[in-house]
This record gives sequence, structure tokens and C-alpha cells, in this order.
Amino acid sequence: MMDASREKSSLTPFSVARADYATIGNWVGDGAHVLDLGCGDGALLGFLAAQRRASGYGIEIDDAGVLACVRNGINVIQSDLERGLAGFDDAAFDVVILSQTLQAMRRIEAIVGEMLRVGREAIVTFPNFGHWSHRLQILRGRMPVSSSLPYQWYDTPNIHLCTVADFDAFLAARSLRVLDRVILAKGRPVTFAPNLAGELAIYRFRK
Amino acid sequence: MPSFSATTASTETPAPNDRSVGPVLSQTAHFDTPLPLACGRTLPQYDLAYETYGILDAERSNAVLICHALNASHHVAGFYADDPDNIGWWDNMVGPGKPLDTNRFLVVGVNNLGSCFGSTGPISTNPATGKPWGSDFPIVTVEDWVDAQAQLADRLGIAQWAAVMGGSLGGMQSLDWAIRYPSRIRNALVIAAAPNLSAENIAFNEIARQSIMSDPDYHDGNFGAYGVKPRGGLRVARMIGHITYLSDEQMEAKFGRQLREGLKFSFAPEFQIESYLRYQGEKFAEYYDANTYLRVTKALDYFDPATREGGDLARALAPATCRLLVVSFTTDWRFPASRSREIVKALVRERRDVTYAEIAAPHGHDAFLLDNPQYHAVVRAWFQRMAAESGVGDDFPRPSRQ
Repeated sequence: MMDASREKSSLTPFSVARADYATIGNWVGDGAHVLDLGCGDGALLGFLAAQRRASGYGIEIDDAGVLACVRNGINVIQSDLERGLAGFDDAAFDVVILSQTLQAMRRIEAIVGEMLRVGREAIVTFPNFGHWSHRLQILRGRMPVSSSLPYQWYDTPNIHLCTVADFDAFLAARSLRVLDRVILAKGRPVTFAPNLAGELAIYRFRK
Repeated sequence: MPSFSATTASTETPAPNDRSVGPVLSQTAHFDTPLPLACGRTLPQYDLAYETYGILDAERSNAVLICHALNASHHVAGFYADDPDNIGWWDNMVGPGKPLDTNRFLVVGVNNLGSCFGSTGPISTNPATGKPWGSDFPIVTVEDWVDAQAQLADRLGIAQWAAVMGGSLGGMQSLDWAIRYPSRIRNALVIAAAPNLSAENIAFNEIARQSIMSDPDYHDGNFGAYGVKPRGGLRVARMIGHITYLSDEQMEAKFGRQLREGLKFSFAPEFQIESYLRYQGEKFAEYYDANTYLRVTKALDYFDPATREGGDLARALAPATCRLLVVSFTTDWRFPASRSREIVKALVRERRDVTYAEIAAPHGHDAFLLDNPQYHAVVRAWFQRMAAESGVGDDFPRPSRQ
């Protein structure tokens, strides 16, 4: 009954204050109750606790991530996101965050549905597959490898890559309301041709 | 005030494979204040056997209580000078440099009421009759145990535990501490436990009890007066219990269909698993009291804090304000991970500080007693974080270690 998926390393690099944190921090209300899906070592929750006095929990499947959260004093619940969020009540959280994990999940619609069941709002961040460097590499006939997508085609955990335009369409098709959208390149917001220039997309949306 | 055993304060840096608390002393605290029990009866006086390892710091803030499961005792770690092979049941967890580090924490092990290792129980003398309590000893509950443990804490001058920790039935006690003594506990470690027993769990307990009570040597629990004990019943009870502590996977790996000497077309033990269970049963029947076994299984069956709140576990856990670490093991089918997740879900509903680790281990329920790197690392990190946050044990002269 050993679960092979436990063996895979965490998708979230540990202990790196990432470019998306500041944006997420701006969107999370003071004292908010937060659920961070795929929380890694709990750095984002630690950041939100310090910046926003946020409370809440992280969910992490990986043993090393869980251990790091315990070391960091972060409330973590070891669980497989692919099995849904059955351990959480409807509307239990102000915000549910899925930071750079979406692209590695099998059932995207299911997890987005679960996020908006247990939380009033969802924040999702993902690497923009539409970035010009990725397009250029495909034009040259190779699968893209970049700082935001550092894996080779054969070892990537990323199975559901999408572009900014794809995600816009995904939300629109489900009549989900985008409250905020920031597209970053080298840590700075991009406004001109974001689907071409953006590396990291950050969305805040609700039903 | 009882003394804290100084024998455990080693000044030498122990070798990595020799990190025992060393020789320990079993102590006894006597209580004359009557203890009201859940069953309505009152224990007029009682003894609690206990052991301590480590040193209580000046603020009395670094004490950790270990609660034992079904058949264990207050002998948690170390060994007895006159019985060096008698090593504490959680010696891999508790000791200098171990996950629960006795260089930082004062660890207290206590034998529960109704047990048979020094605390008042069926084999003790009933002061009213001058004879052993035997079958007249009350059926005690997890809550009774915890109430008695609180008396011991008072006696030891421990107003608040840094943590209460236990596995299986021990985890139920730490959960009860968190619920009913919230101001006396800063952390609860609830390992391989459940919020109550399932029908299947109770069924296994009932078979164990029936095997004891149907033994002709049981004599309605007064077997002591006849100079016998229901060994056959105890053996079967232990064999049943043992099966539920292991996983199918682990049993297959350890025994499979191995034979001792080939098929003999007899009812002598032929398969290794038969031989193993008989050995475990025999050993158990030797040292354990049947009246205690009956009572401890009842305490398990009765534990159900949610009933006090109309079946609402979240409301039952709402008084718990400490930080909680809940741990389960993937192949535990006695108290499966799903039962630990019920506890976690209830605590999350109440927005309590809870962390949940689901340990991938092949050993079934027994895993909580075994070495597992991730399990021990999580517990170690938990106590290290506790120590760092509150500075407990910082005033100790400690041997330097790597």
C-alpha cells in the first residue's frame, strides 16, 4: 500500500521568497484564514502570517515538505490534493491558494472546484507556457526548458501546462469571476502582451 | 516531593547507538485523596507507579508526559540496574539525543490505574477487605486515567505539561488531556489513535474478553483465590490483538507460509505464524493480569469524547487550545489513517493549531513503536521547535553533541 507518488520530490522549491509572494500578500486580507495547497516548506504561509497575520494550514504530500513545515512551525496536513479536499468544510477559508502546483495536477477542474467550495476566493499561480522563449524553442523543434520550466520533457512533473490566454478562457467558460490578474516577468508586472512577455501568471478569482 | 532520578543525567556524550537514559528507578506516588470515577464509584486511595528521565528546568516548563497503550507501563525508557534486559517500551523515542530528547525535556512515564505494573489495580489489595481487588476493581476509563495523571502532575509540581504524548490508547489520553485540561498542556501528540473505536475494534476487544471469561480458570474474575489464572484466555486474547497490530503485508513478509518442519497432519504449530502467535500469547499470559486486560479493553471501547457533545467531534475538541500533532501510519488497519483524519478535520473546523503527518510504513499499528526515519524526524522536529520557541531546557549544562 506504499504510495509511489510519495516518492516524488516536492514541486515547490523550499525557502525561496518567490516573486509571486508579494502579489499574493497584497491580495490576502489582514487576519485572513488561508489554505495553501502544495505548501512545500510552508514559506508562503510563514510570509502571510508575518505580513498579514494570516492563520490557516498548508497541505503537502511530500515527506520532506511536511518535515520542513514542522521545523518552521507551520500547520501542515499531509494529504494528496488529487484526492480532493474532503477534510475541509464548505467556505471554511477566506482564501485558498494553489501556488505553482496547478500545472502538475491531474484533475484541474476538480481541484479548482474544490478550492471554490472550501474558500470564498482562490489564488492560482502558474508558469506561463505562452512566454516567447517557450514559443521560440517549440519553433526550433524542441520542448521548452526555462527558468520557470526547468525540467526536461522526460522528467517534468508538469503535465497540464497552459498559457495566460488558456487560463482566461478556462475561467470564462466556467463563469468564474477574475478579481485580479498579475503577470510577472523577472519579478515585475507586465502589462504589454502579457501572454508573450509574462513568465508567471497570478490570478485571484471567485464564483 | 519525590525526587527526579538523577541517574539519567549523564555527563558523557553517548555514542549514537548507545543513547539510553541508562538505569532508571520505578517510583510510586501514593494518593489519599479519593478519586471519583466515571462509573460512579470512588477509589478511596491509590498508588501510581511512574518513572522520570531528565531534569525539570527552573521554570518547571519542560515536562512531557508519556501515556501508555494497552499492555505497556510506566517503564518508557532506559533499563533497571538489576534487570538490564528490561528496556523501556519507547526507548527508541525517548533518551538523550533521541526524538524526545531527555537532555532538554523531563519525561514522565506513568502506569495507569487498573493496570498491573505497580499502580493500583485488580492485583492490588483492597484496603476495605484486605484482599486483592480482583474482579471487584472498578472499570476505569481514559478520563479516570487522565484525572489520576493530573494528580501525579500536581504531586510532581508540574502545573503545565510542555507536551502530553501517546500512541494508540495513549494517544486517546493525550487527546483527553487537550480537551479536559486545556490550561495544563501546551502540546498534544496524538499518534496512531482514533476519536473512538469502530464496531470492528470493539468486536475484536469483545472476542479477547470472551476468550478470557470463557476460560475455566477465570472463576468470574476471582481466579486469584483459586491460585490460578486464565492463561488460555489471555493467550488467545493476545494472539487476536497481535494480529490486529500487524499488517497483512508485514505478516506475509515476516512469515508467509513458512513451515517449521514440514506438514505433520497434526494440530501442533506447523506454520511459523502459529508458532509466533503462540509464543507471544504465552509470554503475555505470563506477565499480564486478566482482570486488567478486561478493563483496559473496556476503557478503549468507552472512549468517545464526541458523545459529550451529541456526537459532534469538533465541538468536543473545541476546548483544546494546545498545538496538536496527529500522526498515522498508512498500513495501520486497527486505527487507520482515516480515523486520525477525523480528528484533524474536527480540529481544522475549530481552527486549532494542528499538524498531521501520514507516515508511509509497512508495519501496521505497531509502527508507532518502531524506528521509522520520517516518523522520528517529525517528532524530533516537533520537540525541537517546542524547545526553540519556549527556550525549555536552555538552562541545562548539556553535553555538546554534533
